[in-house]
Amino acid sequence: MYMAATKHNYLITNASEIPQVLKEAKYIATSGRPGPVLIDIPKDILNQKSDWVEPGQLDLPGYKPTLEPNPKMIQQAANLIKNSNKPILYVGGGIIHSKANQELFDLATKFNIPVVTTLMGRGAFPDGHELCLEMPGMHGNYTATTSIQKSDLLIAIGVRFDDRVTANPSFFAQNAKVIHADIDPAEIGKVREAQVPIVGDAKSVILGLINALGDTKLNTENWINELNSMKTEFPLSYNQNENGPLKVPFVLEELQSLTEEEAIVVSGVGQHQMWISQHWNFTEPNTWLNSGGLGTMGYSLPAAIGAKTAYPEKLVLALDGDGCFQMTCQELITASTENIPVKIVVFNNGNHGMVRQWQKIFYNSKFSASELGHVVPDYVKLAESMGAVGLRMTKKTEVKNVFSEMLKINDRPVLIDCVVDPEDMVFPMVPAGGSNDQIILNEEDLKNL
Amino acid sequence: MSERILSVLVEDKPGVLARVASTISRRGFNINSLSVGPTHIEGRSKMTIVTELDAVEQVKKQLNKLVNVIKIVELDPDMTIETEVLLLKVSINKDSQTSVIEKASLSGANSVDVGQDYAVFELTGSSKELNKFEDLMKPFGIIEMVRGGRIAIQTNL
Ligand SMILES: Cc1ncc(C[n+]2csc(CCOP(=O)(O)OP(=O)(O)O)c2C)c(N)n1
Ligand SMILES: [Mg+2]
Repeated sequence: MYMAATKHNYLITNASEIPQVLKEAKYIATSGRPGPVLIDIPKDILNQKSDWVEPGQLDLPGYKPTLEPNPKMIQQAANLIKNSNKPILYVGGGIIHSKANQELFDLATKFNIPVVTTLMGRGAFPDGHELCLEMPGMHGNYTATTSIQKSDLLIAIGVRFDDRVTANPSFFAQNAKVIHADIDPAEIGKVREAQVPIVGDAKSVILGLINALGDTKLNTENWINELNSMKTEFPLSYNQNENGPLKVPFVLEELQSLTEEEAIVVSGVGQHQMWISQHWNFTEPNTWLNSGGLGTMGYSLPAAIGAKTAYPEKLVLALDGDGCFQMTCQELITASTENIPVKIVVFNNGNHGMVRQWQKIFYNSKFSASELGHVVPDYVKLAESMGAVGLRMTKKTEVKNVFSEMLKINDRPVLIDCVVDPEDMVFPMVPAGGSNDQIILNEEDLKNL
Repeated sequence: MSERILSVLVEDKPGVLARVASTISRRGFNINSLSVGPTHIEGRSKMTIVTELDAVEQVKKQLNKLVNVIKIVELDPDMTIETEVLLLKVSINKDSQTSVIEKASLSGANSVDVGQDYAVFELTGSSKELNKFEDLMKPFGIIEMVRGGRIAIQTNL
């Protein structure tokens, strides 16, 4: 049952195996491409008495992750980079797992190569830097998505050409050659053929590239200028009316302006997740936790509790959707009883907003099982009943004050019921299976669908 | 679509067979034949998998990700010796007995058990030869037939 959802699993048949299995499991879970390892200990084994057996050497003849890239491939990659006028570093979660953000920064800035960061790679390269184009894809910004389309060379590191990035792969980056580096050989060439496939750990790959490029000067000035004017012409935007309903992007910008320190932001799945990825400024790795391609609704609160437990000194913000929150909100009791002061913002649009958005655009506004309502449950009372502080914001003038109040409370979990516009939609958007050359920028564009 | 034969060296651990089979079938590919058995190395088993994959490269990579899979070789059909085993129980009576046994022995099958009204034959050979033998026995009334998975080895290895 767990086979498809784990990297590996064990069934203990004798209690004496446990130490060795634990040692192996930890190694497998945390090395190579990390992933969960399940150890199944049946009830009869739990009741067994056994002497402690010191775990021995690891003997895993079938598990030898390749960390060091093949120097020949690195050289080939460097040659492609030297001849590129429009390179893009397309990077993802692999950079963060490999702790290669500093090396990535060196590579990008030394050779002047613009960077797009995928949903899982947000924070791997700092937002706000001139070379940072932020997130590409289905809800990526215009410049990031278009930069890939116009690029002549994708330097893909720790990414998997997910359909949320590529849309229809036959229209994806048609003019680009591809260097694809990943620690998992099964990802390379799976979606897009790579001219230079590199198996290895992101950090070693990047150090290898920096070394192989040496004193090369890339001529990317025109390319960067072109992208800069795109950024100016097609910025992310939102429209917060003075007296109108709250818009999530506005609320996010207000919240970030009030937090001095680098917070750990944890989201659910849906519109709010896309807005956070678009509008939050991520400048450090591991400050953005979300379930990515697995799309696990209900992830936010439990993951935030985990993050706060690991980093008690850090500000941990669970920025969740109302639909997602309802799936695991009982964990608020865990946070209260265990004294884990996470801060939760429930973006209450009264809907499974992302589902509603699709039903609106692709199913003629035939809304089916996507409506939740704004009032049930009463999130403030729910929070209070579970030992947390409950607050609410519904209009623009309240946002700053309510957030300030939340940020002052550090001895208990706090929840804000943030009532937002149910009609708001996430743009830009490229419909599933569409072409990244046809980006829907706003509601106006929908009329031409 | 043509058949592809994968020879997979695995650790002899519980659950390996299920992992390998599910990795292939999860992608909607049929397995025509799968056999597992010990090798000359202790703790290592060899699986021979015959399948009609077109995405064989991707499946090989996915199989390689399994912790207990050590090595995968795709066998070249032109340089591969392949064999399969069959046990077949057929009805006999006084009239048919001689003819059944004669036909079986001409096909190279060994009779391993002969009773009053049945005979059991064993035959090793290519899938084609086993199919032919099955056809030959059909008119007499096959009571039961079991075939082991196909096993294969490359000639130049
Ligand atoms: C367990 C689960 N069920 C269904 C989905 C499909 N799904 C993706 S987003 C979404 C709606 C999420 O609603 P909400 O948490 O309110 O977020 P919003 O889009 O409104 O911001 C659904 C149902 C999923 N990802 N996971
Ligand atoms: Mg919602």
